[in-house]
Amino acid sequence: SYLISFSFQQRIEIHKLRQGDNLILGFSIGGGIDQDPTQNPFSEDKTDKGIYVTRVTGGGPAEVAGLQVGDKIMQVNGWDMTMVTHDQARKRLTKRNEEVVRLLVTRQSLQKAVQQSMMS
Amino acid sequence: MSAAMDTESTYSGYSHYSGHSKKAHRQGRDRHKSPRSKDGSRSEKSVTIQTPPAEPLLGNDASRAEEGQDDNWGETTTAITGTSEHSISQEDIARISKDLEDSVGLDCKRYLGLTVAAVLGLLVFLTPIAFILLPQILWRDDLEPCGTVCEGLFISVAFKLLILLIGTWALFFRQPKADLPRVFVFRALLLVLIFLFVFSYWLFYGVRILDSKDTNYQGIVQYAVSLVDALLFIHYLAIVLLELRQLQPMFTVKVVRSTDGESRYYSLGHLSIQRAALVVLENYYRDFTVYNPALLTASKSRAAKHMAGLKVYNVDGPGNNASGQSRAMIAAAARRRDSSHNELYYEEADHERRVRKRRARLVVAVEEAFTHIKRLQAEEQQKAPGEMMDPREAAQAIFPSMARALQKYLRTTRQQQYHSMESILQHLSFCITNNMTPKAFLERYLNPGPTLQYDRERWFSKQWTLVSEEAVTSGLQDGVVFVLKCLDFSLVVNVKKIPFIKLSEEFIDPKSHKFVLRLQSETSV
Repeated sequence: SYLISFSFQQRIEIHKLRQGDNLILGFSIGGGIDQDPTQNPFSEDKTDKGIYVTRVTGGGPAEVAGLQVGDKIMQVNGWDMTMVTHDQARKRLTKRNEEVVRLLVTRQSLQKAVQQSMMS
Repeated sequence: MSAAMDTESTYSGYSHYSGHSKKAHRQGRDRHKSPRSKDGSRSEKSVTIQTPPAEPLLGNDASRAEEGQDDNWGETTTAITGTSEHSISQEDIARISKDLEDSVGLDCKRYLGLTVAAVLGLLVFLTPIAFILLPQILWRDDLEPCGTVCEGLFISVAFKLLILLIGTWALFFRQPKADLPRVFVFRALLLVLIFLFVFSYWLFYGVRILDSKDTNYQGIVQYAVSLVDALLFIHYLAIVLLELRQLQPMFTVKVVRSTDGESRYYSLGHLSIQRAALVVLENYYRDFTVYNPALLTASKSRAAKHMAGLKVYNVDGPGNNASGQSRAMIAAAARRRDSSHNELYYEEADHERRVRKRRARLVVAVEEAFTHIKRLQAEEQQKAPGEMMDPREAAQAIFPSMARALQKYLRTTRQQQYHSMESILQHLSFCITNNMTPKAFLERYLNPGPTLQYDRERWFSKQWTLVSEEAVTSGLQDGVVFVLKCLDFSLVVNVKKIPFIKLSEEFIDPKSHKFVLRLQSETSV
């Protein structure tokens, strides 16, 4: 058996958690068109300036919703996130009047292909 | 008696080494005095000679030491009998033949070349003067009178000849610093060119002017001026060919000494092999440390021990397969688990430590000795007239306190034969006179210096032979190898061409040096 790498898209719905005066989502982002793409450890292509999930706090709303470290965020509530600056991305995720954010993420996955099923 | 004769004949049959056979000669002359003891000692010697061929390395050194002690070697080695033909060692023969060669052949050649060049030079110098004077002498009355232009030309001829004289003196009349085996090609070509040139001028002069008794004196003087001009141009050509062309470096030359592998690199221009050899030798005396045979005994004894342990016995019969034997020996030597590398490592470490210890003692002793000496100022000199010493006396006063440490250090680094007590005292008084510190005094003894620093008798390298596969007057090429041999060692010279360098240019506007800050921030949401 051997490993195949492919990417698939997933829609994730996160309900923000209220902590004091703030609404938090429970993850950290990195990347943006004003950042250095070569330092991004999660991207396949080192010229990719998209927004990536760099950390997911344990037990937070993002983890509960199924977000994983290394996901690339393509859209937030319909807004495109592939060509935005880091600050614009942060603003789109932390709008004070939104309680739910719907993300479209791309995830790289390594799957073990089962050889027997292919042979038989 | 016959027994003695027998041992002597077998003895000299084995002996390749002068020391042993010279002793046989000496003993042969004194044979009638005490035959029994001589027989005994000679038979001992014949036994030792039968050890395997490792002995040559040690035997050679021993024979050389004996040569030094034996003052009447001339008498003993002239008695060449039928039994002992090998009574002169190889080195003796080499030295004798070299002396003979030197005294006869090369001087003749050098002086011949010099006289030819001098005669030609004199002829060439007098030619313009002859051109101007001959019409005056031969047909003065028919000549047109010499106007101002003509007299102006006299002055110009005079000054140009003076410049030519000074230039020739500067370029050619220099002390020859070396004796080279073959003629300089360029110089010979220039001499031939000058000869042909002057010859053709004389021919023209003889035919067109002398025979026809030309009356146009100004024309004749102008002809002489043109000759001098052309001579000046030939002098310019000589400068370019002989001096300027070899200034630009074209080759890098690696010189390696065969005995200890010390190597240096030099840059040379377009030179012939013999002139390149000359440059290498001039630099050898300045750059290479002095050749010290005492430093090579360690590796020789290691080699001797390595081969001495193996003996070859031929069990198959009289068929002597020499190459098979040597291959068997090499294979056996390779398989043998010897620990000579261990010995070398520990020996070198020990030696290193000993040298450092002795060096420390020496430095301390010299520093202490130097503190006893103080230079007197002018006014102090009047105050203490009794105790004043000149530098030599001061040196002799402080020498005993450092002599022992210095002697031990020189012995450990095997330099003791290069420095006599007199030379050390001289150097010490020299250092004291010139206000040198103890370290400056010691610089000469702590490290072996170049050959020029030492006495001429210690040089071991005064006569050189150039060994080359190509003709020695041909120019240097990439890959040429030649060897400069003297009696004790040789310098292997390897020539490499300096690569053709392609240099291109890139212009960077100073205003284009701009920078950005590359961030990778992480924000938690």
